Amino acid sequence: MNLSDMMNIGLMQGFAGLSLFAVLLLMGLGLAIIFGQMGVINMAHGEFMTIGAYSIYLAARVTETMAPAFMPYYFPIAIGLAFVFAFIAGWLVEWVLIRHLYKRPLDTLLATWGVSLGLQQIFRTFIGPKEVSPTLPEWLMGSWTPHEGLDIPINGLFVLALTALVTGGVLVALHKSRWGLRVRATVANRTMANATGIDTMKTDRLTFAIGCGIAGMAGAAFTTIGSTGPTSGSLYIVDAFLVVTFGGAASLLGTVVSAFGIAQTQSISEFFMTGSMAKVLTLSLIVLILMMRPQGLFAVKVRR
Amino acid sequence: LLLVVLLAVVLPLSLDIFRLNLVGKYLTYAFVAVGLVMVWGYGGVLSLGQGVFFGIGGYAMAMFLKLEASDPITTKIQSTPGIPDFMDWNQITELPALWLPFKSLPLSLALVVLAPMALAWLVSFAMFKRRVGGVYFAIITQAVALICTVLIIGQQGYTGGVNGMTDLKTMLGWDTRTDSAKYILYYVCVGLLVCSIVLCRWIQTSKLGTLLLAMRDKEDRVRFSGYDVSNFKVFTFCLAAGLSGIGGAMFALQVGFMSPSFVGIVPSIEMVIFCAVGGRMSLVGAVYGALLGECGQDAVLGELSGPVAVPDGRALHRGDDGFPDGAGGRLGRKDPPLVEGPPRGAAPSRGEAAARHADGACGTDTAAPTASPEPHLPEGVGSQRA
Repeated sequence: MNLSDMMNIGLMQGFAGLSLFAVLLLMGLGLAIIFGQMGVINMAHGEFMTIGAYSIYLAARVTETMAPAFMPYYFPIAIGLAFVFAFIAGWLVEWVLIRHLYKRPLDTLLATWGVSLGLQQIFRTFIGPKEVSPTLPEWLMGSWTPHEGLDIPINGLFVLALTALVTGGVLVALHKSRWGLRVRATVANRTMANATGIDTMKTDRLTFAIGCGIAGMAGAAFTTIGSTGPTSGSLYIVDAFLVVTFGGAASLLGTVVSAFGIAQTQSISEFFMTGSMAKVLTLSLIVLILMMRPQGLFAVKVRR
Repeated sequence: LLLVVLLAVVLPLSLDIFRLNLVGKYLTYAFVAVGLVMVWGYGGVLSLGQGVFFGIGGYAMAMFLKLEASDPITTKIQSTPGIPDFMDWNQITELPALWLPFKSLPLSLALVVLAPMALAWLVSFAMFKRRVGGVYFAIITQAVALICTVLIIGQQGYTGGVNGMTDLKTMLGWDTRTDSAKYILYYVCVGLLVCSIVLCRWIQTSKLGTLLLAMRDKEDRVRFSGYDVSNFKVFTFCLAAGLSGIGGAMFALQVGFMSPSFVGIVPSIEMVIFCAVGGRMSLVGAVYGALLGECGQDAVLGELSGPVAVPDGRALHRGDDGFPDGAGGRLGRKDPPLVEGPPRGAAPSRGEAAARHADGACGTDTAAPTASPEPHLPEGVGSQRA
């Protein structure tokens, strides 16, 4: 193994890390909006991701049987669908459950955990316990070979692009749109925002639903990388939480940076040792850093 | 409190040995739940990593039992006799240093309590000194739970991997699988549980308990009064960890195996739920919560193997929604009609203790607490003043 091989492996491993980063970031974004902005710990976030993934799968199945000619184009629409489904689910959950619990963040944790168990079981009964993966359109298959010995999978590139788009979109929306203004006002001072005529209840609901919708898109991205099962969401939930806390709640930039750091540490150390040890190492590092810097990497000063 | 003892007498008389053993298993979870009452209900700190301490205690016990089960004579078909079978499968030729303390019983028993406490001290000292609280603590303990699970599964040669430690038969030559042994173990379990409840009760009524409550409600004020808040929290957390360790050890003894599935995040959260169902302020309630939660799960599991967790998951969030301080009644109601018989939900209402501490924030329950659908609760319903 010479130097250029090493380089290639390093690059590919780094790219694998980038794919992980993309999924983590999309998950983390939704969580950061919900947890960071509203203080709700959404343990069911992984299940919203699974909803997204399943809606891609269903869309793929439907197009396959109804309109095979349409296959190459269904994917972008399916991503939209994934967002919509997760959005609706999030809206419902907020309406039924979360809005009673805003004052008790630790109880939201338990309640949403219940939701997540319920959802998992629903997936299991209605879709089946087997892992499924949708038929991807042709243009997502294969890999891009810039030069000899270096293969970069196209689906990874696609996921990255999607992530960049969504992240950018969220950032812009949060800082430029009316909704973003309302959210930021509510976070900064709920009572005051209420007094100035912002409907904080509605803002909360919308924010929660949008966070869930983003989780749905994370699910869409996830289907291009791995297969989906009823429990695949819960595999990522703790990681996603660590991403958000590590980056500093309420700071989207921090979420981006920490997702990148965590994913890269994970995938690069995976190359040197076994997968489980890599995971242990990464998690221990995060816990240690969090112990030293509980507010996360990028803390936002909010007056309380 | 007397009623718990009564239950401990009535149950052995009314149930056959298999069920009694099951109850004993549930009671081991009650140790954890009691610990959680102290940490969560009184300390106001939610830990999602109690399963870790349960697991450490369980593993400590299991390691001792396993070493005894794999003496050189019974394991002479292995390439290296005298070490546990899974080590042999993983090409480990001598006993790792980590296992050496577990050759002696007193040392193992001490480690059952001390090892979880040490870890708990490490985690909580670092966190509470830096005033990490609430949500962050919950998430970090959750991460610790994840780390432990991954570590245990990954280090197959040292811990038995996913399978855990199996075939734990004897303790100092005493067969733990006979019926009489099961009776004895059950009583040991109940005895220990009662002891720990009394201990916690004593702490609650002492000045320390008052301080804990004060800290939960207004931490800063206690700090300004000159108390070192973090030390009290660390103490409580370590206490809970030690209790969980005992629970884990009893689990390993009664069930005869220990596996990583009792360490991770899911069991940890389950235990929190038991505690929440039983009422997070009530020690006795925690025991009932654990019993009911597990009974319900097993009953539902027995009835229909398919859509199990649907009612379960619903149940617990309904319960949580309606009753801020636990006391989950009325659980099965909103579920799809697939629960007919099993005593899902129907936890005794733990009104008094909970209501006493219901702060204003908790007045949000929309649904009036209707009576539980199947009122066939054991005689514990009225026992609320423990």
